[in-house]
Amino acid sequence: MTVTPLGIPRRLLEFTIDGEAARVPEGSTILDACRAAGKEIPTLCEGDTLAPKNACRVCVVEVEGARTLVPACSRRAEPGMEVRTGTERARHSRKIVLELLASSVDLSTTPRVAGWLKEYEAKPDRFGPDAARLEEEPRIDNELYVRDYGKCVLCYKCVDACGDQWQNTFAISVVGRGFDARIAVEHDGPLTESACVYCGNCIEVCPTGALSFKSEFDMRAAGTWDESAQSETTTVCAYCGVGCNLTLHVQDNEIVKVTSPHDNPVTHGNLCIKGRFGYQHVQNRG
Amino acid sequence: MDLRFGDSRPTDEERAAVDALLGPPESSWEGADRSDADLRWARGGRAARDRRDLLLPGLHAINDRVGWIGEGALDYLCRRLTVPPAEAYGVATFYAMFSVRPRPATLLHVCTDLACAAAGADGLCAGIESRLGLSSGVSVERSPCLGLCERAPAALAVKAGDPVRTAVSAPATVDDAVLAARAPDSAPQEPPAAWAVPQAGDPALTLLRRVGVVDPAGLDDYRANGGYTALRRAFELGPAGVIREVTDAGLVGRGGAAFPTGRKWQATASQPDHPHYVVCNADESEPGTFKDRVLMEGDPYALVEAMTIAAYATGAHRGYLYLRGEYPRAVRRMRHAVTQARARGLLGDDILGQGYAFDIEIRRGAGAYVCGEETALFNSIEGYRGEPRSKPPFPVEKGLFGKPTVENNVETLVNVVPILTMGAPAYAAIGTGGSTGPKLFCVSGSVHRPGVYELPFGATLGELLELAGVRGRLRAVLLGGAAGGFVRPDELDIPLTFEGTREAGTTLGSGVVMAFDDTVPLPRLLLRIAEFFRDESCGQCVPCRVGTVRQEEALHRIVDRTGAAAAEDVALLREVGRAMRDASICGLGQTAWNAVESAIDRLGAYE
Repeated sequence: MTVTPLGIPRRLLEFTIDGEAARVPEGSTILDACRAAGKEIPTLCEGDTLAPKNACRVCVVEVEGARTLVPACSRRAEPGMEVRTGTERARHSRKIVLELLASSVDLSTTPRVAGWLKEYEAKPDRFGPDAARLEEEPRIDNELYVRDYGKCVLCYKCVDACGDQWQNTFAISVVGRGFDARIAVEHDGPLTESACVYCGNCIEVCPTGALSFKSEFDMRAAGTWDESAQSETTTVCAYCGVGCNLTLHVQDNEIVKVTSPHDNPVTHGNLCIKGRFGYQHVQNRG
Repeated sequence: MDLRFGDSRPTDEERAAVDALLGPPESSWEGADRSDADLRWARGGRAARDRRDLLLPGLHAINDRVGWIGEGALDYLCRRLTVPPAEAYGVATFYAMFSVRPRPATLLHVCTDLACAAAGADGLCAGIESRLGLSSGVSVERSPCLGLCERAPAALAVKAGDPVRTAVSAPATVDDAVLAARAPDSAPQEPPAAWAVPQAGDPALTLLRRVGVVDPAGLDDYRANGGYTALRRAFELGPAGVIREVTDAGLVGRGGAAFPTGRKWQATASQPDHPHYVVCNADESEPGTFKDRVLMEGDPYALVEAMTIAAYATGAHRGYLYLRGEYPRAVRRMRHAVTQARARGLLGDDILGQGYAFDIEIRRGAGAYVCGEETALFNSIEGYRGEPRSKPPFPVEKGLFGKPTVENNVETLVNVVPILTMGAPAYAAIGTGGSTGPKLFCVSGSVHRPGVYELPFGATLGELLELAGVRGRLRAVLLGGAAGGFVRPDELDIPLTFEGTREAGTTLGSGVVMAFDDTVPLPRLLLRIAEFFRDESCGQCVPCRVGTVRQEEALHRIVDRTGAAAAEDVALLREVGRAMRDASICGLGQTAWNAVESAIDRLGAYE
């Protein structure tokens, strides 16, 4: 169990969600409040360890008096606000956004999205067979991880994790504009010639599998990746004295990838190259 | 931050371009030769990072000198400013005017947007391309609106070098455009700004009164024509008094959103956080809009004076004029005006001896319509990608550099000058109760006298078109630009006010009035509008990034179809358009479907 610091006490503010009174601590987002009230709102780009970018617009809700819909993930709850989460208008936007996304990228490795597509009766095929898609070959230029742009929804989480929110390496950025916008390193070169330090924190936050461990990518390609057969063990990294938590994902007695618990108050899911990728010695059974 | 710079080196030319802007480097940490001192001491750090806002000017410097931005040049600029190369690459690839791939030193932008397309831009392009051929050293680029709609079709030649040379050809012929590209220096001069004001010289004008009358380079001439009396009055009234006048005058923003200016100023002035900033949005890139260009080219000191008044009222000591990169003459005129004003104590530490300090920095945009969105504009000035921020917080609270900022466009600011000279009641008496004051309209397309017209709010669309003289049989009028909507020829009695257009189910937008006769193929026009939004979407949010593409695809499918054959795609357009309007982050995505929707609903396109 990890210990979560309580922080300073915050005032509660009152507002309504779908006509029911809600009380949340000051500073909470509408999404926080909805979750506390047991309401499920789909979201892709929101991340528990990062400031929300509200780029995907799947989590939009209706707020009384607002001209447009508002993203629940980033809009803070205000006293007296009247929020409606399941109106026809909000559901319509979510459905279209899911259709737009699913018609333009491969969401096959995005958790939970299949359920949302069904729930909102999204039909991504209706844009026709010629609808523009991001169909690019995965970029494999190093032994640690793979960039598959065909799965990228441009949620900005990897950029934020690599940049000023966590890693401060600034190795990646969004480049280009509009539909042609992509995540890339400087001069759009290979990762090996970039400022990347291979911490893998971008993989940790990627919601779609566009960034993946080479180990996972290879096993998926070979058809041997089987999450149901994997066990997860959280332990302490042995490399240095910081005490980062590692979650070892083990399949057939082999470590297949390493993640880190996001609720750990020290690392919030972040690791360095050694903790994330330096596990081969464990299974060196020579 | 632990930055890694590649080992690519700038050429001498690239280095000189950057050094001309930033001065020579002082330490090997930022690209100079290594000295003994460097072993113990690193320059850079926070002080260098604070200069991040010089990234855009730096990219311009390289692009102007070399014509494109190479790896070595970009890395050198990053080293000088302590900007991560990946981020700078993201910024450089954001703007249409920059290229990170080699290209010829001379670019000829040929406008193919609405007014120019209607005036035969396609044929012009083809003619220019066949004349220049492949080995001419000139790259011909089809460009979105160049803001020269009154002289359509238009072309802008930019020849990289030291200094960069530009030439505008409008109305362009194949001969003129090719000459402008080959020898920008010997291309014929542009006509004076007043050429774009058919009413020039009319004493009843308020905003355009001086265009064509004063010498745009002469500060004394400006003062002789009533210049700087408004600022003197402002100093008499005090900041709160100025805001009261602006509020009482009923001035609202002229950029399209129509937000009350006095309230915005008051909200900024009352913020406890400091410094405050004034930002003038002179990035008009809406197809069909060119009024800000004409104001800046014809009466530049009025804008300097108006910005000074805005700064004084809101407690700002620094202002940024963010000027469209495609407006070389407006940039030159404004630079000259700012320099002159500074030399004469009308900008600087002690304006008019009142002990008030204010100065203006001019920033050139680099070809991104979305930077007209206020928060995107802040990002652009700060050296980030010009992507809009999510609101709240609003700019009056956290704007440029995270500080309270008042942002107004050129036309809005220029209105402040007559408000102070004539007084709020007299100003408010112009126009209607709900829309006070004079308004500028950019009339173009199928009219005899295209240009910027000034009318009091309340005149009808028909009266305006009568002044301009409709040519041929009117088929439709695009009101408010690409983000606005079409109206029918039988709706010309719509009063040109915010409330009147709203009642008629359309919008005044930025004041674009583009007339199309019945020879213009409507579906092609709509396709061009969709193409514009697809090109200009920043790509940040899904509804806009993918929605604009799907919209264009659907319009392509039905370009030659009507009735039942188009019905399915029209329904699809409606559904996607509704989500874009509801769920996009900024106004670009929210309005991208307006014009197409109005063409379907009001003009019966595809029926």
